[in-house]
Amino acid sequence: MLKVLKAGFYTTIQDRGRFNYRNMGVPVSGTMDQVASTYVNQLLENDATAACLEITMTGPTLVFEEDTYICMGGAKLETTLNNVPVQLYKIYKIVAGDILSYGKLENGFRNYLAVKGGFQTEFVLGSRSFYKPLTSLNRLKDHMEIPYITTPSFESKLQELQMESLFSESVLTVSKGPEYEQLTGKQLKQLFSKEFTIAKENNRMAYQLEEFIEGHEISMLTSATLPGTVQLTSEGKIIILMRDGQTTGGYSRILQLSKKAISILAQKKYGDQISLKLIEV
Amino acid sequence: MSDFPISIKPFGSNAILIEWPKQVSTEILEDILSFTDALKAKLSSLKEWETISAYNSLTLISKEQPISFSSLEKQLKQWYLEKTNSDTSTKVLWRLPVCYDPVFGIDIAEVANHLKMSEETLIKQHTQKPYTIYGIGFLPGFMYLGGLPKSLEIARRSIPRLKVEKGAVGLAGKQTGIYPQQSPGGWNIIGNCPIPIFDIEESPPCFVKVGDQVQFYQVSMGEYDLRKIEANVGIFKLQKTILDA
Repeated sequence: MLKVLKAGFYTTIQDRGRFNYRNMGVPVSGTMDQVASTYVNQLLENDATAACLEITMTGPTLVFEEDTYICMGGAKLETTLNNVPVQLYKIYKIVAGDILSYGKLENGFRNYLAVKGGFQTEFVLGSRSFYKPLTSLNRLKDHMEIPYITTPSFESKLQELQMESLFSESVLTVSKGPEYEQLTGKQLKQLFSKEFTIAKENNRMAYQLEEFIEGHEISMLTSATLPGTVQLTSEGKIIILMRDGQTTGGYSRILQLSKKAISILAQKKYGDQISLKLIEV
Repeated sequence: MSDFPISIKPFGSNAILIEWPKQVSTEILEDILSFTDALKAKLSSLKEWETISAYNSLTLISKEQPISFSSLEKQLKQWYLEKTNSDTSTKVLWRLPVCYDPVFGIDIAEVANHLKMSEETLIKQHTQKPYTIYGIGFLPGFMYLGGLPKSLEIARRSIPRLKVEKGAVGLAGKQTGIYPQQSPGGWNIIGNCPIPIFDIEESPPCFVKVGDQVQFYQVSMGEYDLRKIEANVGIFKLQKTILDA
């Protein structure tokens, strides 16, 4: 078991996502920064579907009760293993009783902690990703325990990875969304010439942007939305749906973030700046 | 059944959107369902795909592999032309109990007053005819229902509530529906349905599907409690009628 001494600000279990239920209104969920979570699982030679911890802004304090191997990636937080600083994208051997403590956030917003074999929390509709009320919890609680498989020894092909950080990137590549053609010249200019600021309203469901662009009066019938769908409300507010975003919506879908752009955005927090760049699909 | 002019648009690297004329109509819904059916036979590895249909659109999502838009677009147009309009899926009319007591229907008095009718008339009109499910989205198991009588159309509340109860039955614009779980929401709440629409213990977790119909019937507070207990222990028998194709 992994004992959670302190859960941190918003820590969840996430895997690649919950597929096949979107036609029943179930969001796909899964890790927000799939680039980072894929690398930490690959280093540990886990299945692509292995579940890891997604740690947001303020990290937890954790005690490992069985031997295993771990790897962290994504956001950089001051992190120590038994009071010794640890690095990202590097495998660490864990002995029963080891304590992993997260400290101050240095860069990015979401950190991923993977364990050899993946965390073994409840499996609901094909995924362990937290999404209440499908899963009983929406985030970790202090003093809870998370099961994992004991791994006394493991010879990894790679011990560590030199990763280029996505944090310095602030340009989100987008393709045209289904309602792109409805945008006016003025709206297009505002979208692609300005910098935008991440609003307070940002979470696993959606990121809102502080600056508005010109509004519109075009209504549409409710239709499918995806992670990375950029919506424009009639008042001109921009909402970017993320992994827990609803499966359908009634706001104009003006743009669609690339997969990499979703990972870049997942590492942004309130007050950070981004800009949009149009590419062909 | 006639064919419609459809348009096909890219939707990111992994999805493609097929749109029918912008109307809420059962003919379009039937056409989307029969095309979805045809695609299930055509897309050989359907395991790799998810579909979301709503009102006048069908979205195909490739779970892993990016799609090639131009070749898939051509293929889809061809398949649409070849389609035989035989929707083989069975459609069901579900009858769902709703308690309109003001304990649940917290806005019913206000709504009736606004619509200039008695609460009895409101309930009668709300339960009179089946509604068609045009889509499921927003929340797991949330049905977009069409066919609300014009006399029951009322604007959504100006200030949304932070908490609407699970099972709450609401009215907003041309729509009526059930909140399948506790959630924030701006609909006018006129009752509550004791039967969970989405349940992870069931397979499939959501018993309704797009194209099915739903008709509400009024139950007393006592019957509501009984149905709720029955649903919780899994012995509630849903009233269903298979609809002719």
